[in-house]
Amino acid sequence: MKVLMFGWEFPPHISGGLGTACYGLVKGLAHHNQDIIFVVPKLWGDEEPLADFVNASDVSIDYRERKFKKIWKNLTYLEVSSFLVPYLGPEEYKKFTDYAIHDRTDVDESIFTTKYEFSGKYGKNLMEEVSRYALTAAQIARDRDDFEIIHAHDWLSFPAGIAAKEISGKPLVAHVHATEFDRSGQSVNQPVFDIEKAGMEAADHVLAVSQLTKNIIINKYGIPPEKVSVLHNAVLDASIIKSNYNKKVPEKIVTFLGRITFQKGPEYFVEAAKKVLDRDPNVRFVMAGSGDLLNRMIDRVAELRMASKFHFTGFLKGDDVDHMYAISDVYVMPSVSEPFGISPLEAVRHNTPVIISKQSGVAEVLVNAIKIDFWDIDAMADSIFALLHYDGISRMFKEMGSQELKKLKWEHVAAKLVTVYEKTLSTRP
Amino acid sequence: MRTICFYFQVHQPYRLKPYRFFDIGEDHYYWDDFLNRSVIRKVAQKCYLPMNALLLELIQKHHGAFKVTFSFSGTFMDQLEAYAPDVLESFQRLVATGQVELLNETYGHSLAALKSKEEFAGMVKQHQDKIKQLFNGYQPKVFRNTELIYSDKIGAMVADLGYKGILTEGAKHVLGWKSPNYVYQNSINPDLKVLLKNFRLSDDIAFRFSNKTWEDYPLTTDKFINWINAIPQSEQVLNLFMDYETFGEHQWAETGIFDFMRALPEAVLKHTNFGFSTPSEVIHKVPAVSPIHVPIPISWADEERDLTAWLGNDLQDEAFDRLYELEAMVKKTKDPDLMRDWNYLQTSDHFYYMCTKFFSDGDIHSYFSPYDTPYDAFINYMNVLSDFVLRVKGKVKELEKA
Repeated sequence: MKVLMFGWEFPPHISGGLGTACYGLVKGLAHHNQDIIFVVPKLWGDEEPLADFVNASDVSIDYRERKFKKIWKNLTYLEVSSFLVPYLGPEEYKKFTDYAIHDRTDVDESIFTTKYEFSGKYGKNLMEEVSRYALTAAQIARDRDDFEIIHAHDWLSFPAGIAAKEISGKPLVAHVHATEFDRSGQSVNQPVFDIEKAGMEAADHVLAVSQLTKNIIINKYGIPPEKVSVLHNAVLDASIIKSNYNKKVPEKIVTFLGRITFQKGPEYFVEAAKKVLDRDPNVRFVMAGSGDLLNRMIDRVAELRMASKFHFTGFLKGDDVDHMYAISDVYVMPSVSEPFGISPLEAVRHNTPVIISKQSGVAEVLVNAIKIDFWDIDAMADSIFALLHYDGISRMFKEMGSQELKKLKWEHVAAKLVTVYEKTLSTRP
Repeated sequence: MRTICFYFQVHQPYRLKPYRFFDIGEDHYYWDDFLNRSVIRKVAQKCYLPMNALLLELIQKHHGAFKVTFSFSGTFMDQLEAYAPDVLESFQRLVATGQVELLNETYGHSLAALKSKEEFAGMVKQHQDKIKQLFNGYQPKVFRNTELIYSDKIGAMVADLGYKGILTEGAKHVLGWKSPNYVYQNSINPDLKVLLKNFRLSDDIAFRFSNKTWEDYPLTTDKFINWINAIPQSEQVLNLFMDYETFGEHQWAETGIFDFMRALPEAVLKHTNFGFSTPSEVIHKVPAVSPIHVPIPISWADEERDLTAWLGNDLQDEAFDRLYELEAMVKKTKDPDLMRDWNYLQTSDHFYYMCTKFFSDGDIHSYFSPYDTPYDAFINYMNVLSDFVLRVKGKVKELEKA
């Protein structure tokens, strides 16, 4: 089968989990000898040659094509009316909105140049890039008719998927890795929500990274259940990582690693830490990462008078991430809403037992982990205490967790995806 | 006798290097040698060396009529020995003129007076010894506590250590209608005289000198002389207390601060009936008018003149309490390396960096802080402290085994 796939980033140049998931999926599809045309806004040239890569920045658009203008017209509103960029703090957000309100008079003139240099990042021109990407997708869909199905990853490439479908008439699969409800809780950004909904509605079939995400798609976006399939993520490499990095403190270490934002539930980790430390002072808690709630967490830790046992590392890069997993005795992911959540699987690879919230997609695939409600700090404290003190249970999790990991392969995920493609093609009217 | 008492505070902390969680248990060296050395060298060029030269010139010119007073923190003296022996030498030359008085303070420029009498007394003793060692056996008679922090209790504690006088802020909320230009006495122990900073005239030089939006800008010697002459004749003592770095560092040479100081002594002696004295002379000659009641500690910092620059928010209180709960254990170790770090970790600046009073006095705080935010300061300090705790506990265990 030949698939025209639209992504936003691809390893090694990634800033989020989306790129890693796309890589795994493409690798799995290649294993099953599927042909993929993979489009990204910007190619760097050092991507692994797993697919027929198309650099959207290289595509010239023939703007005399009437159909394109129609697509563009439908998209411009988004750019001008929305100021949303994921992962921006309030200050950066303000800078961005100021820019969008005051400096964006140039849109109409400049946009019909033939080529457009995408940054491929999550920057201030995100909305402009998203809509421009759609136009490029239309051109690609017109130029190449050697594909049977279109596959678009997350809202950033949904407009591209929709445009390609309009031009080519081929079916569209919309793949949801995260929804606006996961990112922002109840205060969703309407323009992003609108794009997500439009993408799912225009799609012939929708993929969700977990049952949790499927439920959100059904309940919040009103997509009929039979149109949505669950396609869990997997791990690229299930081997156990033996680290030579040793910890230098005598106490056991309990770790939270991720963005310190509403979505990740850092405050529940802090409260549970207090409960554990009251019982057993010989533990160190580590909160690794940064985010808009960091300072609030520091304040709370100081207020609870446990700062000599609760540490903050700031944002970790490269080897430090591996070191952190390696010296952890327990890994906790208390996410409030996590479509999937790959980091506990990384912890398992380092032989670290994990506690994950029931509100995470990964809880659906990882059996050998303690699962708690994110808000249940008593249960979280209990589980941490148990994993630290009762060797039997942590040893069991270590052994079985690594066994379990071996079953989570991208080949299996890709095989399931191929059946979804086939079904989608065969049920077309 | 009407007199002006010039006192300059000279202090530099040992700033911490960026110390990460991963360093805990492994890296036991906490100090940012490069930064600390750079600061000392920079301030030496801009302030210490030129100002010392100017003061020496003025002292020689006025043949005993012009005097000044210094207080050096222990952390400052240690850094002079390490990074700026030339500056140390120029201070020694000044002291050798006999027209310069030195005060005692806590060695680590600490807040120990608020927490532990024993630690406080130990740090004062250590400071006495250091002054004696560096300045030819010099023995101070007057005390100044870190950041001029003072209360009735602290005063009584200082009197118990044998001091006859102490310096503090002439805080508005303590003085009320009273003038700072008299000598007062401690309300618990009347043997201790209290000298109060005239914050208006002191801060005109220290803070407002180069402020172009100030209505009295520019501050000339003539203008300042007029203000001194406006002081009622019955008021005896004008205490001008400020950071030494005012000259050349906080107020750059380009602002004319050196020229102002060069002209001031002569103008005072010629056009006013004020002379110059040191605190111990004032205390010896001028009787106290009344006790001053300070039940709650005051300081010379910020608009509030209280302790909130160093203590009071959760970050500061947590760090402060975690530090001082180690006191007994650290002393048990008697380990020189641990004692040194314990000393330097108590320096008030570490807590100052954690201050979150962003909107009123945040400007001046961020000017002095090597950190981007109080949160960064807190995390770094707590990481270091965590390692320090491990070392102290390790040492205590070692001793118990032996």
